[in-house]
Amino acid sequence: MNAFSNSMSGPLALFANRLNTLAGAERQAAAGALARTGLPDRKFEAWKYTALRALGKQDYAAPPAQVDAGTARALLDGVLQPHPAMATLPRVVFVNGRHAPALSILPDGVDLSFFAHDPRFGLQAAPDRDPLVALNTALAEDGLLLRVPAGVDAGHVLLVSLGVAGVAPLSFHPRHAVVVEKDARLRLVCVQAGQGAYLHNPVMDIRVEDGATLEHVTVQAEAAQAISLGTLYAHVGHQGVYDSFVLGLGGQLVRHEVHARLAATRAVVHVNGAQRLGGQQVGDITSVITHAASDCTSRQTVRNVLDGHARGVFQGKVLVERIAQKTDGYQMNQALLLSPDAEIDAKPELEIYADDVRCSHGATVGALDDDQLFYLRSRGIPEQEARQILIDAFLDEAIALVADATAQTFCRAVLAARFAGKGELS
Amino acid sequence: MSQFLEISGLCAQIDADGQDKQILRGVDLSIPPGEVHVIMGPNGSGKSTLSYVLAGREEYVVTAGSATFHGQDLLAMEPEERAAAGLFLAFQSPIELPGVNNANFLRTAVNAVRRARGQEELDAVAFLKMAREAAKALSMAPDMLKRNVNVGFSGGEKKRNEVLQMTLLQPTFAILDETDSGLDVDALRIVAEGVNRLRAPTFSALVITHHQKLLDYLVPDRIHVMARGRIILSGGPELARQIDQEGYTKFLAEVA
Repeated sequence: MNAFSNSMSGPLALFANRLNTLAGAERQAAAGALARTGLPDRKFEAWKYTALRALGKQDYAAPPAQVDAGTARALLDGVLQPHPAMATLPRVVFVNGRHAPALSILPDGVDLSFFAHDPRFGLQAAPDRDPLVALNTALAEDGLLLRVPAGVDAGHVLLVSLGVAGVAPLSFHPRHAVVVEKDARLRLVCVQAGQGAYLHNPVMDIRVEDGATLEHVTVQAEAAQAISLGTLYAHVGHQGVYDSFVLGLGGQLVRHEVHARLAATRAVVHVNGAQRLGGQQVGDITSVITHAASDCTSRQTVRNVLDGHARGVFQGKVLVERIAQKTDGYQMNQALLLSPDAEIDAKPELEIYADDVRCSHGATVGALDDDQLFYLRSRGIPEQEARQILIDAFLDEAIALVADATAQTFCRAVLAARFAGKGELS
Repeated sequence: MSQFLEISGLCAQIDADGQDKQILRGVDLSIPPGEVHVIMGPNGSGKSTLSYVLAGREEYVVTAGSATFHGQDLLAMEPEERAAAGLFLAFQSPIELPGVNNANFLRTAVNAVRRARGQEELDAVAFLKMAREAAKALSMAPDMLKRNVNVGFSGGEKKRNEVLQMTLLQPTFAILDETDSGLDVDALRIVAEGVNRLRAPTFSALVITHHQKLLDYLVPDRIHVMARGRIILSGGPELARQIDQEGYTKFLAEVA
């Protein structure tokens, strides 16, 4: 019995049974930090716009030992199906946060191991500052540890997370680490899907070493009732490139939080994204991009399409340290609101301590353009189809930033499969 | 009412800063099949409003009068239905569509009207062949089909793209709203040839222009002068030359 049990109130109580029986110093320290802070409410600056009320009142159970193989297989096929080329790429599949060898096609030419066998938490994560990371640290069971050796072009690797749950919520907290060594290259596509009520709370620790390139696309197509709160740390070395894109389509509440550090000169980081949400969905793209060396470049373009009562959150902080002269930073968040009840909360933040930098940022919010709509209709295109064309075009300008052609096509295909003919006002 | 296009007593207003602003004040205009008619008139006389009202722009509220096309009540139709029925408006300021590929846009439009007209849709190959030929006839650079609709196009390229759309959509009635403005002489000739290629006993056009130059290439059947929301004078092609030399003042004074 440990000492925190009495202090676990609020949402944290939903995990109390599991947090009370931890072994290992790191897990206990994380649970201790959690007990002090609790899960974030709106008083946490970083969670001002995203409440965790959606966690509800039921305990989050650990996933069962067995999952129906047919169900997991069907989910996997379903999520890859929009772009058939995806089905044959090397992949590592996790079901409820545990590696599922039967569904995986393990890649060659990379070093691969699993957190379940080799539990290492990495150096970048900050459980004392980020409560969701603390929760992950306390409860992590498995995860992918992937290393691309120096000079190797590893091609594509898919990291698929499937949640298989019923009505009673369960949670899984995978702990992934990806290292792309000097002058190596990887195209990583993370795909998240599932069914039922679950909390997916992954932490990923990424290192892109000198001269290496990681193209990283994340497609969040979680179950309608799912809550998905991922935190990602990326450390980028000299002339390293971390080029990322997230496509957010839900669950119920989805947050994609990125901490990217341009740690040595001429590093390049892209934290781009697009969200397409409706109903009561909440989608949150939060990032902290830290320029910690000179002559680095960061780019961020995020586009949101929000229908129904959906709410999008964009928090983007760019921190330019004193040493980071000649920083080139760009940030743009744009939202298209399809309904009077949809909402976007945007908080761009530039914090600059160097004096010779070029940083720009901007934000726009609007509805579909009447002139554009009329132009399309005057050419004979029916109103619904015209609306769909404009919505697709708005998102497509963000998706076009994905350099990896396979992943780009996949993003488009997933969107089309989910939203074909649904451009109407709800 | 067997006329091709028949406009009678048409009044329309727009909401301007919370005030109803009357722009069309009883337009009467009749265009038979196979003819090219021209509307000239000072700025603010309602020429573009007339074109928008005929094409179905919702911001303009028709308060009186009628417009029929092939005997159908044009004003009761959605913009896309008007296009399917054969009406085409070449915009004075063509709209940019970032993120929308021009070839995809054109094909979507062509297939939408073909569907509505009960014709078979074109597949990508057949469409591209047709579009490339039409673009070539308008001396358009081949890459304009690959670019986003009107994005980064010069003024002249935008106007040619309008004529390209018109060519592909095969309207029976085209309104050209200052399609000649901002064009050099060569572009003007190319655009006029594009319109002339459509001329047929079943095709009519209403050309809004300030300049005689276009009319040298596009020989009109009839000229109408519009002022203060009405057609105040109609005549033969010589009227355009007279206006070109003498301006509108004389005509406006005569009606006043």
